[in-house]
Amino acid sequence: MSFLAVENLVVRHGLLQAVRGVSFGVKRGETLALVGANGAGKTTLLRAIAGAHQPAAGRVLLDGADLTSVPSHRRVGMGIALVPEGRKLFVRMTVEENLLLGKTTGRPGDWSVDKVLEMFPNLKPRRHAKTGHLSGGEQQATAIGRALMSNPDVLLLDEVSLGLSPLIVDRVYAALQGLIRSGTTIILVEQDLNRALSVSDKVICMLEGRIALAADSKSVSRDEVTKAYFGLHKQKAEPA
Amino acid sequence: MSNQIIQGILLGGYYALIACGLSFMFSVMRIINLAHGSLAVFAAYALWFLASRFHIPPFLGLLIVLPVMAAIGWALQRFLLERSARGGALLPILTTFGLAIVIDNMLFQQFGADTRSLAPFIGSLSYDSWEWPGSIYVGKLAVIMFATAVVLLGGLQLFLTRTRLGRSIRATSEDPDTAGLVGVDARRANAVAAAIAMVTVGLAGAFLGMRATFDPYAGAPQLLFAFEAAVIGGAGSLWGTLIGGIVLALAQTLGAQVHPQGFLIGGHAVFLVVLFVRLSASGFGLRWLLHLPSRSAP
Repeated sequence: MSFLAVENLVVRHGLLQAVRGVSFGVKRGETLALVGANGAGKTTLLRAIAGAHQPAAGRVLLDGADLTSVPSHRRVGMGIALVPEGRKLFVRMTVEENLLLGKTTGRPGDWSVDKVLEMFPNLKPRRHAKTGHLSGGEQQATAIGRALMSNPDVLLLDEVSLGLSPLIVDRVYAALQGLIRSGTTIILVEQDLNRALSVSDKVICMLEGRIALAADSKSVSRDEVTKAYFGLHKQKAEPA
Repeated sequence: MSNQIIQGILLGGYYALIACGLSFMFSVMRIINLAHGSLAVFAAYALWFLASRFHIPPFLGLLIVLPVMAAIGWALQRFLLERSARGGALLPILTTFGLAIVIDNMLFQQFGADTRSLAPFIGSLSYDSWEWPGSIYVGKLAVIMFATAVVLLGGLQLFLTRTRLGRSIRATSEDPDTAGLVGVDARRANAVAAAIAMVTVGLAGAFLGMRATFDPYAGAPQLLFAFEAAVIGGAGSLWGTLIGGIVLALAQTLGAQVHPQGFLIGGHAVFLVVLFVRLSASGFGLRWLLHLPSRSAP
């Protein structure tokens, strides 16, 4: 049974239908990679799961409970945390204050400021610095740490490597490997196909708001995903 | 001259108190509350009513009035301001303008046009003073007002930086959507912020009634002083509010030395100069008013 399930989800931005009847499921501890071209609906889908967008139709279920009408702040308390595209840090607040905000819901768990700083040692000397003064890598680490502070069961990561140097991306992904090994359920939006396939159990390729391909990451070829990416995939998508 | 400066600084404490709530609502909810002065006068009337009808001294009456003001702030945000804010930036301004008219006329209907004061209910505190060397007389009430302003601003600063709720309010003021995504209930944070703002308004109303007279239409000048102090200090900055209040009061006090009618003109002149300088520095944009950084990190 899926731990997180999305059923026939439709999300609109005004007249534009960004997500068109998407369905998939993720088992507890699985990592799902969402890939697709810009404008395919990946970010909108992730934000709808986090509660930032109210769907026009369909449902989001967590462990069988319907979250569709639950506001975003309560979803955090139920175990869903989003690392948003562009990090969206509170730039007038320090690293520590941003991390502590993740604790707002009081959801029990092991994550603490010290544990996050252990995971991202480069943040230690920047603990009391305003996040607006951090480098891109430090900001991304803070954004991931802030999400982890809520002790999530499901971590949604939106383009965590965007705008970062390859060295920093390696560091971020090394930290993610630790999370994956710890059994956290992860949905990852990623532009880098190789990275997406290497860290995930399943991959979904989106095209114009729909699922163009859903497959096992270990068995699918890079070529198949690329074809789906550009809308050249002929096969009917199988549910993930 | 030193006497005038000291009196000006102490009067700045009152202006900081009256500006504090306006600035707080402005920075957290992005709402310019035009009913701010009227709500302060409402609190003064509530204290006057408790004192004249039930013989409850004003300082004791604050224990009743401040929680009521907090409840009013919470309800205003939840049922009026939050809804009007959905209609754009202009609607809350019009809403609070209408609210000010309703409050003023309600007070007029209930209490008539007579001027009132809380001074008779606080004994000699309203006119007692300490004599300092150099024939400088420092009013005890003025010192209490200034000390209250410092304690209030310091307390608010600690609350906003050291508590979970304070951080939630700051996060909501910076980016309410993202605040929701980290687990902050932005509606609750805004309602709490409005309640806190109204408590500061209640305190300002109490000191207004103790240091001067008030009538149902005394809210407008209080709003003007609050607005000037907030803008001079940089709206949204707590300690800036105190500095803004002191600068405004000093300008008024020194203006009164130049000309009998220079009290108000001095304050307005400094306000206009600061406004012009800040607008010039920002290329005549209004972004500085909110002290808004870029929403996304550089």
